[in-house]
Amino acid sequence: MLYREAGQFKSSYAQDQQIFPILQDRIAVGLLLVFAFFVVPVIGDQYWLGALITPFLIFALAALGLNILTGYAGQLSLGTAAFMAVGAFMAYNFVLRMPWLGIIPSFILAGLCAAAVGIVFGLPSLRIKGFYLAVATLACQFFVLWALQRFGWFTNYSSSGVVTAQQITVFGFAFDTPVRKYLFTLGVVAIMALAAKNLMRSETGRAFMAVRDMDVAASVIGIPMMKTKLLAFAISSFYCGVAGALHAFSYLGTVEPEAYSLDLSFRILFMVIIGGVGSILGSFLGAAFIVLFPIFLNLASGWINVLTGVEVSHAVVSNLEAIIFGALIIFFLIVEPAGLARLWQIAKEKLRLWPFPH
Amino acid sequence: MKRTSIAITALAIAAAGFTGSAAAQNEQFIPANFYWVGPYAPGGSGFGGGMIDYFAMLNERDGGINGVKLTWEKCETEYRNDRGVECYERSKKKGPTGASVIHPLSTGITYSLIEKATADKIPVISMGYGRTDASDGRVFPYIFPLITNYWSQNTAKIKFIGMKEGGMDKLKGKKIVNIYHDSAYGKETIPVLDVQAKKYGFQITHIAVPHPGNEQQSQWLQVRQIRPDWVILRGWGVMNPTALKAAAKVGFPRTKILGVWWSGAEEDVIPAGDAAKGYFAAGFNLPGTNFPVMQEILKYVYKKGKGEMDDKARIGSIYHTRGVVAGIVTAEGIRKAQERFGKGKPMTGEQVRWGLENLNIDEKRLKELGAVGLMQPLKVSCIDHEGGGAVKFLQWDGKKWNVVSDWISSDQSIVRPMVEASAAQYAKEKGITPRDCSKEK
Repeated sequence: MLYREAGQFKSSYAQDQQIFPILQDRIAVGLLLVFAFFVVPVIGDQYWLGALITPFLIFALAALGLNILTGYAGQLSLGTAAFMAVGAFMAYNFVLRMPWLGIIPSFILAGLCAAAVGIVFGLPSLRIKGFYLAVATLACQFFVLWALQRFGWFTNYSSSGVVTAQQITVFGFAFDTPVRKYLFTLGVVAIMALAAKNLMRSETGRAFMAVRDMDVAASVIGIPMMKTKLLAFAISSFYCGVAGALHAFSYLGTVEPEAYSLDLSFRILFMVIIGGVGSILGSFLGAAFIVLFPIFLNLASGWINVLTGVEVSHAVVSNLEAIIFGALIIFFLIVEPAGLARLWQIAKEKLRLWPFPH
Repeated sequence: MKRTSIAITALAIAAAGFTGSAAAQNEQFIPANFYWVGPYAPGGSGFGGGMIDYFAMLNERDGGINGVKLTWEKCETEYRNDRGVECYERSKKKGPTGASVIHPLSTGITYSLIEKATADKIPVISMGYGRTDASDGRVFPYIFPLITNYWSQNTAKIKFIGMKEGGMDKLKGKKIVNIYHDSAYGKETIPVLDVQAKKYGFQITHIAVPHPGNEQQSQWLQVRQIRPDWVILRGWGVMNPTALKAAAKVGFPRTKILGVWWSGAEEDVIPAGDAAKGYFAAGFNLPGTNFPVMQEILKYVYKKGKGEMDDKARIGSIYHTRGVVAGIVTAEGIRKAQERFGKGKPMTGEQVRWGLENLNIDEKRLKELGAVGLMQPLKVSCIDHEGGGAVKFLQWDGKKWNVVSDWISSDQSIVRPMVEASAAQYAKEKGITPRDCSKEK
């Protein structure tokens, strides 16, 4: 009853081409943004904002980047963490060496550097597909970390290889508290997510999907293979690069190559798989599951301890968490192989019929 | 509708899980953010267990510190930076005065916490790890790399090698290989080794082992080609036994391998079996249960069926006693703070910071604590956040660690200028004005 587009007529092309064509969707997204920008900073404390929501947004952005490449353009990649590392270290270097540039141009340039690396390591995608491509991008993962660890220039010759990210300052305004950092992150993520949503319904996005579904057919109907695939790598790496810069600047505060290990690439791939391959919303849901759920399990175990009064050895609890988390991943993939985003889609379809299902 | 109510209940439980609980007033909260899973769990569980055991003993025996009970809460960091930051943010507001000190037990997490903790006014004790140049307390008021930092340890190690070779002048022309864990922790000593190589005229080769270090064939083949006189093993976790086994395989004598203190625990050598026999390692604490303080822990904690170590054989192991030393340092810092800011009151992080900076554990105090020989005397000051600086060397005989040296002092003439230069550079980058120590009270 509430969620039905009956009676919403479009009388101009502009109306027909909106990002969210249904009125209810526009209201919902608008409310969500208002809630995220104005209500969350007020009700959230430092722990929620600094340790839970900010990393969630950053990983959602990285997952979104990988989703553009893997979910929309169909190119499997294991180099996500490496692209994040390029973004983080280049942002550090741009701010360090060209302080007059300002933080936002530095982030954009860092993203472009990641995009350049993405194009180079995307070249094999012109000849190989699927798992073989994943192995080729694995090379990127190892090469980038190796380069960051071996060439002192990237870390400004820091002896331990760890550098501390500079403060985020935009036009003299310092984003130094968790609330401000959260707002900065949210701003970047919101703009980039909307841009991605828009991109995916443009000619470029449709070309990506055509390549994903069948690349021979796509090239037959005139989609340039090289341009499309490399563009997918470039855009995806740009997103990952900006996510990496945010990870360093607005979350951890320090940048070290080891933080961007293969392990992180896998985690982001799992976010995409669990959230929903080829879905913007899925990137957010997947990131929430992978980032927040283990922390919740950890907190809940202590809480159950207090409630029941049963003192379980902490080592046992820590290991149990890993087991439960793994079991839940399998459970979700069996119940909903298309990811959490698909659950939302089903809910939307049910809502359209509610309260009079056939 | 039933499903909806289940969903709402689940949500409510989820929300409750994320919020903390209130605490009683006369308590001092210390976060126990360590790790009990993953490749580094032996270190995390042993160290964390020792610290908690000491606090539990203080609570049982003395009712806390001047009547203020010590409380703690465990948080699993998995030795990962992001989880470490999450645990820190979770624990910093707990207890009546918030977290009083934090032991990150990871060099990476320490780096991530330096600015956050300084802003929150919570002292970070990175005992024997972390950022070396934080020893300069003028630039890093809240960071305490107590007892001995990595660079000091390293100079003591070169001194030990010199002693074994029959004098520092004999080091000329010798070849030393530094096998290190490829992380912030591992890389930390490269510059100080390079400086010493120049000073004493030995050749140094740095060989990296990628995390977690369970594959080292190629590195040890490289060692065999170089034929070094000594190998410094800067390992961590599973990397250590693997290194010893790989050394045995290529036939490199174990009596020429010198481990750092994160490579010198029972957990590092027992898995290597016979391959570990004769291996040397540094230590800033000694193992064993004969120290009076360990006996007290056994009496007041373990006899009552409590205690953190599930495996009783690990009581008194290197990591466990190192945790006890961490507990002593923490409790003494709080005690010192109470002397100035009010006995029997919970201290804030800022007050504990003062206590740590004015910490003076001399031989007499060590005797009262029952920790003579367990650790070295410690005197911290505004300018020197390290305080001790001496190292003992141990040798593994296949069954236990034997002490083979006296406390060997570090060479501060090398370390201190490097610390100050590095700290000054950090201060310049960050726009920090170093404190004037003569004005500190």
